[in-house]
Amino acid sequence: MKVVLQDLTKIFPGRGRKSKGDVIAVSDFSFEIPDGKLIGLLGPSGCGKSTTLNLLCGLEQPTKGKIFFGEDDVTDLPAENRGVGMVFQNYALYPHLTVKQNILFPLENLKGDAKLSKEEMLAKAQEVAKLVQIDELMERRPAELSGGQQQRVAIARALVKMPRILLMDEPLSNLDARLRLQTREEIRRIQRETQITTIFVTHDQEEAMSISDLIVVMKEGVVQQIGKPQEVYDNPVNLFVAKFLGTPPINVFDGKVQGGRLWIGEDDVLAADGIPDQEVYVAIRPEGFVLNEQGAFSCELKRVEVMGRDISVVSVNKASENEVIRSIIAAENKVNTGAAKVRFDLKPNKVFAFDRRTEKRLL
Amino acid sequence: MEHKIEYEKIEKRDRARRAFTGAVTYVLLAFWALVVLFPFYWMVLTSVKSYSAYNSEYIPQLFTLSPTLQNYVDAFTAVSLGRYFANTILFTAATTLLMLGVTVLAAYAFARLNFRGKNLVFTLFLSLMMIPNELVVITNFVTITNMDMRNTFLGLILPSVTSVFYIYLLKENFEQVPDQLYYAAKVDGTSDLKYLWKVMMPICKPTIVTITILKAIECWNSYVWPRLITDDERYFLVSNGIQEIRENGFGRENIPAMMAAVVAISVPLIVIFLIFRKSIMAGVSRGGTKG
Amino acid sequence: MERRTMKGWLYLLPAILFLGLFLVYPLIDVFVYSFEEGYNFASQTYHGVGGYNYAYVLRDPYFLQAVRNTFILVVITVPLSTGIALLISAGLSSIKPLRNLFQTIYFLPYVTNTLAVGLVFMILFKKTPYTDGLANLILGWFGRGPIDFIDGPYAAKMFVLCLYTIWIVMPFKILILTSALASVNQSYYNAAKVDGTSRFRIFVRITLPMISPTLVYLVITGFIGAFKAYSDAVALFGTNLNAAEMNTIVGYVYDMLYGNSGGYPSYASAAAIILFAIVLTITCINLLVSRRYVNYNV
Repeated sequence: MKVVLQDLTKIFPGRGRKSKGDVIAVSDFSFEIPDGKLIGLLGPSGCGKSTTLNLLCGLEQPTKGKIFFGEDDVTDLPAENRGVGMVFQNYALYPHLTVKQNILFPLENLKGDAKLSKEEMLAKAQEVAKLVQIDELMERRPAELSGGQQQRVAIARALVKMPRILLMDEPLSNLDARLRLQTREEIRRIQRETQITTIFVTHDQEEAMSISDLIVVMKEGVVQQIGKPQEVYDNPVNLFVAKFLGTPPINVFDGKVQGGRLWIGEDDVLAADGIPDQEVYVAIRPEGFVLNEQGAFSCELKRVEVMGRDISVVSVNKASENEVIRSIIAAENKVNTGAAKVRFDLKPNKVFAFDRRTEKRLL
Repeated sequence: MEHKIEYEKIEKRDRARRAFTGAVTYVLLAFWALVVLFPFYWMVLTSVKSYSAYNSEYIPQLFTLSPTLQNYVDAFTAVSLGRYFANTILFTAATTLLMLGVTVLAAYAFARLNFRGKNLVFTLFLSLMMIPNELVVITNFVTITNMDMRNTFLGLILPSVTSVFYIYLLKENFEQVPDQLYYAAKVDGTSDLKYLWKVMMPICKPTIVTITILKAIECWNSYVWPRLITDDERYFLVSNGIQEIRENGFGRENIPAMMAAVVAISVPLIVIFLIFRKSIMAGVSRGGTKG
Repeated sequence: MERRTMKGWLYLLPAILFLGLFLVYPLIDVFVYSFEEGYNFASQTYHGVGGYNYAYVLRDPYFLQAVRNTFILVVITVPLSTGIALLISAGLSSIKPLRNLFQTIYFLPYVTNTLAVGLVFMILFKKTPYTDGLANLILGWFGRGPIDFIDGPYAAKMFVLCLYTIWIVMPFKILILTSALASVNQSYYNAAKVDGTSRFRIFVRITLPMISPTLVYLVITGFIGAFKAYSDAVALFGTNLNAAEMNTIVGYVYDMLYGNSGGYPSYASAAAIILFAIVLTITCINLLVSRRYVNYNV
């Protein structure tokens, strides 16, 4: 099922009179989510991603704009009738019901033609339990399950009625680091097998990048960029997106464009053809540095951290916005740790320049 | 586009259902509010009807056009309502103060001091919470009678002082005060009593206010014990007073004046409730039961 | 004794004195009284030990009347008040505007003087030569009528007593239930909604099980409270409850102790212990039944 959002806007009225304290949670969100894809809604907390999810499932009503599931306008349809599946951040498993009863719960709500016989329900529950690999735990109660198992039950409950779309609110945030890696692969697998259009919300960029077909980066209710994870990473449209994606984070410098060249401090680092002279932000991905004793860009060397496959060179530059500059280079390179200075060449496709005022991408 | 029509139907039906349940809910809630408020309205209304007007209404009137305050004058002059008030205030103040002293000391001992036998005594205290008042009233009556304290304030007050539940409530609150404060105070050479007075009580003021108010309300409304222990009208509290007024009254059945007395008794409580609404409701929901 | 220990006990001393004298000693003594036969209050003597007091009380028609009244009151008011309170609390938690106002109003009966407000109920229901009272006026609209609810037929009196009792106990129940309902995590409701659950089913399958421990608590305290009914009956029917056929067990205890029957602490003790035994039994049954149906690991 494809999902279309049209100028979706949600404003929470403030406490004050008139529109003084209003909070714009989502602003003019337009997007067509293709059928059968896994979409990651990504952004820092408070960026409106959870509100978007609540609008999609009908727990909140949009202030403006429309939502279509396929060709159907579901904007005013109450949550009960939308037929979406949702996995809540805290899972919201009913503590007084067993795993089986939890999974059966949505099926028992079906009315009219959709009503199923007891056997059909049980068969469906069993099938979905197998899919998420909890069929051994059917008689337990949620309190007797580990976090990861609870998560699977929540997914099973959301999937059992074969929803038109599946929504997940921070599905991995309550799991420990090891389980998180495992579960996100699991989510990817389940989504592939079921082919249900799935939208999940996360503040963890790594999580979103690793499994999504498309990611949507949001900030303060406004969509910043939509695209395939690698595209967004390689071509961020503005400074926020560049900073938000990638670990270690991107290095940001005060710089300028002068005479078609890009400058960081006193160093003329790259060509910047066709950009008028101005002050800019220069952002360099950690992997964009190449050690070169004759390199154009010079920094004061602080220390070298060995990480096995790579080494991380930590250095300082006066023009840097961050306290230190982190650069990742292959371990074959030898760094003279005693030296006071280190010089780099920069890979052009890993260096971005942004407008000082609008923070939009220039280069 | 069949779908669309069906959706609109669902939406419409949903909206209608929502509006309907909303309306039913408000009607239900308003009805119960009326049930609760009506007796209050009726008592105020009756208290401002004149004696003759009230008695000539064969069909009760739901309002009056000629309110009078004469009944209030009667209530405070023809019967000793003023004395009942004074007695109740004295009884409430003395009992509540004594209760506070006893409770604060005991709660502090349980929460802060370490001594041998503490846990055992505390368990015993807790089990005392289950003793129903009805069982112990009998012996207390005999005790007070034997001590020759019937128709005295001491006899009224002493058995009403303790309340295990309040000790428990305050102890829980005292325990939330960080230990560091106590050690800091000890290092500064503060005595336990001073620490209790200067640090613990101010920090736990909300709970202390709550138990004070709850106890005061309890005292103001107490009926059973005062009825047993006083038969001299000079020591009646308002509850017994109002019963006395009802049975021996104003020499004749003067309902408007009786209602004036009822209003006078109820108003202080309602005012206190409206001021301390939050702490009263919080305190009650933590385990107070009436009676 | 250690100084520390001394100090601890010193702080506890007032509480121990009060509790010992007015709670622990009387608790033991009441059992002693109940077995002392022919106890004379004036001379404080008795002439035997045995179960006569119990036998007397259990044969006393006034006591049997009181037991009957109390049971009727309990059976009617406990389920009714809990049910209505549940309905009102559910309504209350589903609205936003006016919620605080309603909550404040509903709590008012808790802070009123039972005796005083009981008089208002009395005049609302009483039929006198001068007026039939407001209740009868309303009955009249339906073509019934006039009944004297205060001095008239037994059923009418019981009706008023139950009504007033419910009016009095409601605030506590509404308060407790509203906070129980508020403590149910909203995400359960959201999850159920997204799964297309009807409001009724949400209430029965999710809300009720989630608040069931609170309901059990309310039913148990409700039983205990209703078994101890007394002042509401006095407020409506006056101190001579035996004459009004409206006495309760607690009323019987007090009447035995003092009042029109003179002082019989032994009979009073026996009656009080019988009451306590009844309450204890019912509470145990309640707990046993609830253990089956209630889910405490919510």
